Amino acid sequence: MTDTPYAVVVDRLVKEYQSGMAVAGVSFALPVGSITGLLGGNGAGKTTTIAMIMGLVTPTSGSVTVLGAEMPRQRYRVLHRMNFESPYVEMPLRLTVRQNLTVFGRLYGVDKIRERIAQLAADLDLTDFLDRPAGKLSAGQKTRVSLAKALLNHPDVLLLDEPTASLDPDTADWVRSHLETYRRARGATVLLASHNMAEVERLCERVIIMKRGRIEDDDTPAALLARYGRRTLEEVFLDVARGRSNLQEAAQ
Amino acid sequence: MSGRAPADGFSVTRVAAMVERYWYLLRSSWPRLLELIYWPAVQMLMWGFLQTYVSQSAGFFARAGATFIGAVLLWDILFRGQLGFSISFLEEMWSRNLANLMMSPLRPVEFIAALIIMSVVRLAIGMVPVTFLAIAFFGFNLWGLGLALAAFFANLLLTSWAIGIFVSGLVLRNGLGAENLAWTIMFIFLPLTCVYYPVSVMPVWLQSVAWALPPTYVFEGMRALLTDHVFRADLMLQALGLNALFFAAGSLAFLKLLQSAREHGSLLQTGE
Repeated sequence: MTDTPYAVVVDRLVKEYQSGMAVAGVSFALPVGSITGLLGGNGAGKTTTIAMIMGLVTPTSGSVTVLGAEMPRQRYRVLHRMNFESPYVEMPLRLTVRQNLTVFGRLYGVDKIRERIAQLAADLDLTDFLDRPAGKLSAGQKTRVSLAKALLNHPDVLLLDEPTASLDPDTADWVRSHLETYRRARGATVLLASHNMAEVERLCERVIIMKRGRIEDDDTPAALLARYGRRTLEEVFLDVARGRSNLQEAAQ
Repeated sequence: MSGRAPADGFSVTRVAAMVERYWYLLRSSWPRLLELIYWPAVQMLMWGFLQTYVSQSAGFFARAGATFIGAVLLWDILFRGQLGFSISFLEEMWSRNLANLMMSPLRPVEFIAALIIMSVVRLAIGMVPVTFLAIAFFGFNLWGLGLALAAFFANLLLTSWAIGIFVSGLVLRNGLGAENLAWTIMFIFLPLTCVYYPVSVMPVWLQSVAWALPPTYVFEGMRALLTDHVFRADLMLQALGLNALFFAAGSLAFLKLLQSAREHGSLLQTGE
C-alpha cells in the first residue's frame, strides 16, 4: 500500500490542447478508501482529468501521483493495482464474455482466473451469458461485464466514468450497492464521474464540481447542499453550471 | 494486493494473453480465416499460369519466367506479414479496446511482441496451404529452397514488422484516419524493391533507392538462386543489416508516436 494517507494526489494539473485548455490547474487528493464524485458538464475536464490519473494522457504541467507512483512516468509500478470502467470504452465484441475476462485477467496477472471469473459472474449476475459474444449483449449487460473487468484484479484504485449509464433503475441501483460493498470490503479508493446526481449523492462522501477545466467547488454533499441552500445536488450542479455559485454564501 | 502479479519487466504471460485474444478473434470468424488464404492463392494461380505461358517460349524468357511464382510467394510473405501485424493492431481500434489495453499493465514491447507472433500465425495460415498448391499446380516447391528460404523469410518478415510497427504508431497517433496506410503502404515497395524484375532494369538514380530497401536484396537473391543456382549470402547479410536499422527506426518511431498520442489525448479518441 502507499506510505501516504492519499491514494491519489493531483497537484496543479494542467492540460492544454491546441484546441484550448481542457484542465486549468486542478488540485485535489483522494484519501485511501474514500469515494469521491467528479461532477461537471460536457467539456468541464472530467474525462481528461481521469485520463491523466490513468496515465493515458500526459499533463502539460502539474503532477498526478497514484499509490505513490508518478503518472504516467511510473505507471507500470501501479497499473496492476488500478482499473477503470467506462461505457465509452468497449471490449472486443466477437470474443465471449469469458474470453474477454480471461484475457484481461492474464494481463493484470490475476491468480486463479477461472475462480475469479466465476465469483464475479455470480456477484454481477453474468453466469447466464458468460459464453455469449460481448457484441450480443444488451447495453445493461455490457455495463455489468465492463464492471466485472474493472473489478477483476481487486483494484485499490477504481476510476468509474458513468458506471450506470444505459442501466435500468433496478440494475443501476444494484450496481451501486455492489460498488459500495466492494469499496467497503477492499478499502478501495473510488473516483466516480457521473451525470447522475442521485447516484453521486447516494454513493459519494465528497463531491468535486468542475467547470471549464477548473474546480468550482469541493465538499461533502451535505455541505454543498447547505452552502447553496438547495435540496438536491442536481440543483447545486445547475447553480454552478449557470454561474449562480455560492448564492447562499454570497447572500450571507 | 491478493491475486495480482506486479507489472515489473517483460511478461511472457501478458504476451501470451494478447496472442490468446487474437486467436479467439481469428477463429471466431471463418470468412477472416478464408480471406487469409484467398488472396495468396489467387495471386499464385494467376502468376503461375502466366509463368507456364512464358516458359513455353524459348531462351531468356523461359528462364525469367521461372522466377514469377517465387517472386509472388515471397512478395506475399512481405505484404501479408505487415498486414497480419497491422490488422491485429487495427482490431483494437475497431473494437474501441485500446484504452482498456493502455490502462492495463501491458507494456508497448509486449504488445508489439504479441502482434509479431500473430503476424506469423496469420501468415502461416495463409501461406502454407498456398505453397502446397504451388507444388500441385506448377511443380514449384518453395520449401525446396531450404536454408535460402529461411534467409528470405527472416529478412522479409523483419521488414514487414518494421513497417507494421511504424504504421501502428501512425494509427495510434492519428486515429483510424490513418488506417488506409496499413492497407496501402507496402505497395510502394512493389516497384521499388524489384519484385518481378532485376534492379538493373531501373534508372541508375532509382537503383540507389532500391538498394536502400532490404527486400530488394531478397528478390535479387531469389533470382540468383532460381536462375543461376547461386545462393548469395552476401545479399542476405546486407538485407539483415538494413533490417536491423529499419526495425530500430520503426520501434523508435512507434514509441515516439505513442508518447505524442499521450500528449495529444489521441488514446481517448481512437475514431477517425
